[in-house]
Amino acid sequence: MNIDLDDRQRGIVDEAAEFARTVLAPRAQENDEKGVFPREVLKQMAERGYLGATVPQEYGGLGLDPVAYGLLVAAIESGDCAASRLLTVHVALVAEAILKCASTEQIREWIPRLARGETICAFALTEPDHGSDAAGIQTAYTVHGDEFRLNGRKRWITFSGIADLLLVIARNEETVSAFLIESATEGVRIIPQRGLMAGKACHISEVVLEDVVVSKKNMIGQPGQGFTYVVNAALDHGRYSIAWSGVGLAEAAVDAMVSYAKKRSQFGAKIGTFQLVREMIAEAVARVYAAKSLCLRAGETRRAGKPDSIIESTIAKHFAAGAAFRTACDAVQIHGGNGFSNEYPVERYMREAKVLEIIEGTAQIQQMVISMHGLRRFGRG
Amino acid sequence: MRAKIRSVIENNLNVFDSDVEFSDDDNIFRKGFVDSLFAVQLLDYLEQEFRIKISSQDLNIDNFYSVNRIISFVEEKRRQDGGTSA
Ligand SMILES: Cc1cc2nc3c(=O)[nH]c(=O)nc-3n(C[C@H](O)[C@H](O)[C@H](O)COP(=O)(O)OP(=O)(O)OC[C@H]3O[C@@H](n4cnc5c(N)ncnc54)[C@H](O)[C@@H]3O)c2cc1C
Repeated sequence: MNIDLDDRQRGIVDEAAEFARTVLAPRAQENDEKGVFPREVLKQMAERGYLGATVPQEYGGLGLDPVAYGLLVAAIESGDCAASRLLTVHVALVAEAILKCASTEQIREWIPRLARGETICAFALTEPDHGSDAAGIQTAYTVHGDEFRLNGRKRWITFSGIADLLLVIARNEETVSAFLIESATEGVRIIPQRGLMAGKACHISEVVLEDVVVSKKNMIGQPGQGFTYVVNAALDHGRYSIAWSGVGLAEAAVDAMVSYAKKRSQFGAKIGTFQLVREMIAEAVARVYAAKSLCLRAGETRRAGKPDSIIESTIAKHFAAGAAFRTACDAVQIHGGNGFSNEYPVERYMREAKVLEIIEGTAQIQQMVISMHGLRRFGRG
Repeated sequence: MRAKIRSVIENNLNVFDSDVEFSDDDNIFRKGFVDSLFAVQLLDYLEQEFRIKISSQDLNIDNFYSVNRIISFVEEKRRQDGGTSA
């Protein structure tokens, strides 16, 4: 595939692929088992500028365009899903929302720190009783002069266990707004979620807010615009990022299935010579190509600033997430019993791929959006 | 400009029956003609089509909830930054 990237961005993506192969991949399994994302790895990612991947260079970021960012995410994902999830929450959800919706003063205050990785962010929207129906969140804020007071409970907040800064969405009756809250603020409690199927190294936690006082200067966007602009802008970037995670994970799964099929023998022949195994490889390769093509198409529309970029990213996310899961399942299948062992990475890929069909909007929510697009775009007689 | 704006809304109607009628003063979000994702999509469209720059201070749905509101916003922006119509 001929991908249009300048030399600087190409160099960053190539280095990221090498970093993923040599630094991330060898530790991913151990991190998953221990349930920890090592500070040392986070530091290396920050030093390489990945935590400011799309942040403009004037604020200390790498200034990657959407296509280069996507390729970076895919490269990192194929090494370690947790590292890639950090990029999604820190860069795509939080930094991008700040860049789009915050005032110039807020951007100057926060973005350089985020880009350097001095401040790690998490995005706190979901609650125990409100996931897909995010507009119904119950975390409440009240106004007291120049301050706000927040109360509520967020759940499933990726990297909140180690984040310094939370982008929290809360409501005051019908008015939904967004706030930047430092985790160390009095009244913020972080409760790690245990026993998860995947994302174990992502420090996923509940965030409990009890009479948390937030200054007016920490509201992002205007009062009442938290859902329409902050959440929608964040989730649009998040979906695009997760779409590329699907590509990276599917590529890693294909790599693993092909390597195994070339080595493992049964009935006196390599299993990669059996037609039924080859069918799984064929389908997997076709899915990876298709997912990458959709992501590149979405990336190009984003690069050109076209309004279609939202639906293109939604379609890419939906397809790539499904492609990653099916490919990872088939990678386990091709590994037979070994597919169940953590001596091989494919069981982890399968668990992690399932997450992609749930976060940033479940597969069903994407289907609702895509079907509405289909009803508008096609069958007009 | 009115026809272009009406057309982009019509192309993004979030209703099963695409024959619905909406007036230039209807609140297209509150009446459920478009979903809130359209609010973000509309920003890109307006910036591209009318060569205006929308800042974070402008991100208030009051500027964009009806055809007439959008037209006033774009005209005001063009007056401010001397942009040109497409
Ligand atoms: C690993 C992980 C990390 C996460 N990280 C974050 C994070 O960092 N920040 C954050 O805010 N949230 C995060 N989430 C939460 C995630 O966004 C939600 O789990 C997701 O939006 C689904 O919400 P829910 O879990 O409440 O499921 P529900 O909304 O209860 O959905 C349950 C099922 O019903 C289906 N469903 C719901 N509504 C409809 C409908 N209208 N039509 C058809 N089917 C429907 C869903 O598709 C799903 O299959 C994370 C979740 C996971 C699992």
